[in-house]
Amino acid sequence: MDYVRKVAAIIEKDIAAELHTREMISAMLVFSALATLIFSFALDLRGELAEAAAPGVLWSTIAFAGTLGLSRSMAREKETGCIDGLLLAPVDRTAIFFGKAVGNLLFMSVVEVALLPLFSVLFDVGLMRARILVVLVLGTVGYAAVGTLLAAIAVNTRAREVMLPVLLLPLAVPVLIAAVRATGALLEGAALSQAAGWIRILVVYDLVIVAVSLLTFGYVVEE
Amino acid sequence: MIETRGLTKTFGPRTALAGVDLSVDAREFVALVGPNGAGKTTLLRILANLARPTSGSVQIGGLDLAAPSEAARRQIGFLSHRTLLYNDLTAEQNLRFYAQMYDIDPASPRIRRVLERVGLGLRKGDLVQTFSRGMRQRLSVARAVLHEPQVLLLDEPYTGLDPQAVDMVRSLLTELTGAGSTVLLTTHRLGHALTAGQRILVLHHGRVVYDRPGDRVDAASFSATYRTLTQ
Repeated sequence: MDYVRKVAAIIEKDIAAELHTREMISAMLVFSALATLIFSFALDLRGELAEAAAPGVLWSTIAFAGTLGLSRSMAREKETGCIDGLLLAPVDRTAIFFGKAVGNLLFMSVVEVALLPLFSVLFDVGLMRARILVVLVLGTVGYAAVGTLLAAIAVNTRAREVMLPVLLLPLAVPVLIAAVRATGALLEGAALSQAAGWIRILVVYDLVIVAVSLLTFGYVVEE
Repeated sequence: MIETRGLTKTFGPRTALAGVDLSVDAREFVALVGPNGAGKTTLLRILANLARPTSGSVQIGGLDLAAPSEAARRQIGFLSHRTLLYNDLTAEQNLRFYAQMYDIDPASPRIRRVLERVGLGLRKGDLVQTFSRGMRQRLSVARAVLHEPQVLLLDEPYTGLDPQAVDMVRSLLTELTGAGSTVLLTTHRLGHALTAGQRILVLHHGRVVYDRPGDRVDAASFSATYRTLTQ
C-alpha cells in the first residue's frame, strides 16, 4: 500500500503543479488543435481518402503533442534538483517511474479527449468508437511509458529539448505503426479480429517497454 | 554515525576526492570548510547516496551505502545548493509531497510546526516561485529536516540568508543536534564554520588536511592556518 500511496503522491504532485501553471497542457492542446487544423485544410480530404489519411495524421499529432508534455514533465523534476529530492526519499525507483508515466499518460489522455471530437469533425471520420478507443489507450500507454524513460535520459543532456524526439521517435516506431494500422483497419469497418495482429503488437510493446523501464529507470535517474 | 574509508571519486581525469577517511559520532556538529572545488559538495552527495564513490566505503548509522536501503535513506536529510523544491507548488504542497514520500503520518502538524520554525507559516499557501532566494533556502531547510533525520548533510546552508535567518537556522541546527541528530555542514565562510562547528574539518584537493575540535581552534589564527593549508 505504501508503494501505491507514493505513486499516487507523485501523480497528484504533477497534477497540482500543472493546475497552477497550465503551461504543459495548454501547449499540448494548442499544438494538437493547430496540427489538426493545418492537416485538415492542407489535405482537404473527404470519404475514403480521409479515412485512409486520418490514422497517420491523428497519431503524428498525438506523438508530437505527447513529446512536448514528456519533455516538460521531466524538466520540472530537473530544474531545481527535485529529482534528487525523489532519489533521497525512501521510495522505490520503480514507483517514481510509475508515478511519472501515469501522470504523463493522464495529460496525454486529456489532450486526446479534446482532440478526438475536433478531429472527427474536421476529417469527417468516426473516431468515437469503443474499439478505436481501445487502440488509443494501448498506443498512448506505450508512448507514455517509453517517453517517460527516454525523457529521464534526455533531461540529463545539454540539448534536452532536441534530444527527446531524436531518442524517442525511433524507439516509438513500432507502437506508432501498430497504432496507425489498427486505427486504420477499424476506421474502415474491419472486424476486431482483422486488427488483432496490430493490437497484439501494441499489447506486447506496452508490456515489454514497461518491463524494460522498470528494470532500467533506476540506473537512468541515478548518477 | 558517519564512517567513510578510503573514499575516492574521479570525474574522468579529475580527482574530486582522493581518499577521505572520516568518522563522525552521533550528535556531533561538524563544519567542513574548503575552497571552491575542494570536493565538499561531491563528498556530501556521496554521503547522501546521490553519487557513487569510485572506490571506498560509506556507512551511515551502521548501514552500508553500497547497497542503499530505504532504511538508510530515511536517516538522511540533505540540503543541496539547489532547492529541491517544486516552483509550481506552494510551500505547504511541497512539504506535504515530501511528507508522503517519507511516510509521515499525520503530516499536517509536522508541516505546520516546521514552517513556523523557519518563519514561513504565513506564506504556506504561496507558490515557491514567488519566494525570495532567502525564503526558498529557509523552505529547503524545512524540507531537509521535515522527516527528523538522524544525519543532516547541509551544503552551504547559510547561502542567501539574512543575518536573522542565519541565526534562526543555526539555532534550529543546534536544537536538532540536542535532539540526537548528527550535522555535517559545508561552508566556505570560516566565520560560519567557527561559530557553528563542534569540530572543524578542512578539505583541500579531495583530502582532509585539518581535523580539530572547535574549542581547540584558535579563531584569531585560523584564517592564516586555513590560507596556509589551502595554498
